[in-house]
Amino acid sequence: MDDERKVSVKKMSDEKITTDISFTKEILTKYPKEQRYLLAILQDIQRHYKFLPRKSLSMVQEYFDIPLSRLYSMATFYKALSLKPKGEYVIKICDGTACHLRGSNIIIDEIKKLLDIVPGDTTRDGRFSLETVNCLGSCAAAPVVVINDRFFGKVTPSKLKEIIEEYGGNGDE
Amino acid sequence: MNDMDKKSILVCCGPGCLSDNSDEVLANFKQKLQGQDIDIKAVVKGTGCQGLCEMGPLVRILPQDILYCKVRAADVDEIIEKTIIGNDIVERLLYHDTDSKKGVVSSNQIDFYRGQKKIALRNVGLIDPKNIDDYIAQDGYSALKKVLTQESREYAIDEIERSGLRGRGGAGFPTGIKWRQCAEFEEKPKYVICNGDEGDPGAFMDRSIIEGDPHSVIEGMTICAYAIGANNGFMYIRDEYFLAISNMTHALKQARASGFLGKNILGSGFDFDIEIVRGGGAFVCGESTALIASIEGRVGEPRAKYIHSNEQGLWYKPTVLNNVETWANVPFIINQGAERFGKIGTKKSKGTKVFSLVGKVKNTGLIEVPMGMPLRQIIFDIGGGINGNRKFKAVQTGGPSGGCIPEDHLDINVDFDSLAEAGSMMGSGGMIVMDDRSCMVDVARYYLNFLSGESCGKCIPCREGIKRMLEILNDICCGKGREGDLELLMEIAETVEEASLCGLGKTAPNPVITTLRYFKDEYIAHIKEKRCPAGVCRELTSYHIDQELCRGCGLCSKQCPQDAIAKRDKYFAIDESLCVKCGSCIDTCRFDAIKVGGRISCK
Ligand SMILES: Cc1cc2nc3c(=O)[nH]c(=O)nc-3n(C[C@H](O)[C@H](O)[C@H](O)COP(=O)(O)O)c2cc1C
Ligand code: FES
Repeated sequence: MDDERKVSVKKMSDEKITTDISFTKEILTKYPKEQRYLLAILQDIQRHYKFLPRKSLSMVQEYFDIPLSRLYSMATFYKALSLKPKGEYVIKICDGTACHLRGSNIIIDEIKKLLDIVPGDTTRDGRFSLETVNCLGSCAAAPVVVINDRFFGKVTPSKLKEIIEEYGGNGDE
Repeated sequence: MNDMDKKSILVCCGPGCLSDNSDEVLANFKQKLQGQDIDIKAVVKGTGCQGLCEMGPLVRILPQDILYCKVRAADVDEIIEKTIIGNDIVERLLYHDTDSKKGVVSSNQIDFYRGQKKIALRNVGLIDPKNIDDYIAQDGYSALKKVLTQESREYAIDEIERSGLRGRGGAGFPTGIKWRQCAEFEEKPKYVICNGDEGDPGAFMDRSIIEGDPHSVIEGMTICAYAIGANNGFMYIRDEYFLAISNMTHALKQARASGFLGKNILGSGFDFDIEIVRGGGAFVCGESTALIASIEGRVGEPRAKYIHSNEQGLWYKPTVLNNVETWANVPFIINQGAERFGKIGTKKSKGTKVFSLVGKVKNTGLIEVPMGMPLRQIIFDIGGGINGNRKFKAVQTGGPSGGCIPEDHLDINVDFDSLAEAGSMMGSGGMIVMDDRSCMVDVARYYLNFLSGESCGKCIPCREGIKRMLEILNDICCGKGREGDLELLMEIAETVEEASLCGLGKTAPNPVITTLRYFKDEYIAHIKEKRCPAGVCRELTSYHIDQELCRGCGLCSKQCPQDAIAKRDKYFAIDESLCVKCGSCIDTCRFDAIKVGGRISCK
């Protein structure tokens, strides 16, 4: 079962990359070949694919004629960039100071219980990713959770359970 | 167009209100007012943050100055009918004074707004950030005109220097001196940079300025560029600040189209343009040399400042780098004059400071106060005191580089020097209020955890020292604290402070040092008694319900995500084996019946 799943996920992502490779090309033509656009290019790729596919990185590498390790160091340094694919629903838990004081760590623990993921992880079925973020400017509603672009304020463990269930994730799986 | 007899409906679209669907309120107003053919003279604007996030979504109606709170899309019809067409007030949407319980009509009668003084935020919440004419109507770009028509380029530098303006991004370096030094270098090209990285994990001031009044930042930068002789500017805004980037992009376009940016600005022969660089989300990139590395397209690692960026900044050229709020102050100073600005604030800290006042405070929001205001006044008058009338414990300023200030220092004045004296710092303006349910050891651990993830790893004291301190704090928080831990913490803290390469490491021990200085008892309770007095550190906490105080209402039992609370006889009791110490019950109990105890058992 597990192996099957892996294969199908792999197939999916490979397919997506082959069909979408044109997008990486397109981005590259938008920027002059100057190092200062490197971060912006990586950010654009990240936004489109929700991560940095290996193939895209190779293309960037060729375009700038720089070692791949340089791109790797950028990708691991900047939080906005990731080398792992993200899930269908990205759960962002605000761990800004105000949210922390009002219990964001309890929310993080609760997600772990419900979905068995910690910040930085994606569920095995590829449905949910978990991230922590800095202040979203909505401290009055702390603690705050954002799923894709939908916003939830004053989240309590019991409220969180309902929210996650609404997205089709329940703890009993 | 005569705006005087027109009513303005200002719908707050700051981050707090937006997250509570103020965009629907705005859309509804627009649709209703456009759709109707009755003769209504009103303009509808979506504005930046109006400040009192706690009561959002906010709608303000001018010229009467009526403030409506917690407005829903469904309230729009009633507001139009009563207040816009008629001249009536919708009583139930007013702010209600906490003491008198009476409805308050206008914002300047509300304690939250009364003590404030707006300079950097002068237009935020008042104008439509997407409309340059709104900015111009508030004297916008008149400072730039004034500077461009002065005979000497020195004029702006003189004014800023005389005003005593100090950088609002953290260190408080005098802005005028920075400009003058840079102006004196012969080398070209020169650059102007705006630091909109806002790395403090608990703050939203800079984004509120960029979102709510982008032109004031553009104008400030352009004035400086003219004064020092730069033709290119960069605005570094963190990538997550989606709305800020979008509003700024729009504002730059409008400024170009109106001749305030680009070639031959206002016919003066001076060329200047600004480019937005999206930050990659790394706290250290807020540090000036790291930020410069990031703009250059490299990993954002700081460098030692043997030579200032003033002289060798971006691409090793002379560069002026200032914070968003610093830039927003500049047009005001040029327009109103250095003297007038200098009258506000204290001797060494002139002007005002913007804070995001958050945490366990009643009125969470964005505020701007004159420098020198006592902390107590900010927290208890403007902030309205502590949530749920609990006990105040500490206030944290300066973000991860700052420190926690306890109750007996609440009367210090908020300015650069007094905060530093108390062991904290001004920082960029996060102000986080903590009550008796906040654990100070956990707070220190929170910041170190953040910083250990953000340390770029270039220098060892910072990279390893923060990690070691974090390990000790983790141990203390989960009951494995040992005798000698506190001494060791202090020792590492001193080394990290002294030997780190950049400001991140140099200031990283501050949260530890200040909590140790003011809240040592709490550390000792964790280590010796294996007890977390605030009931935050789970391994050191147990909850029980005081049977004398419990009225048997059962609210806590409904809230408990673990179903750990059940009725026994007449009262409720907590099953320790199921409890995860989330605190939901404490927050819901209206009789203060749930009590925090020490560790029950070692698992
Ligand atoms: C680790 C670290 C993070 C910083 N983050 C910021 C930031 O997010 N925003 C900011 O304006 N300044 C930040 N600073 C301060 C800048 O280095 C710099 O002093 C400031 O932007 C200069 O502008 P000012 O003189 O107008 O304050 C940071 C400094 C350090 C050491
Ligand atoms: S700290 Fe979470 S929204 Fe501000």
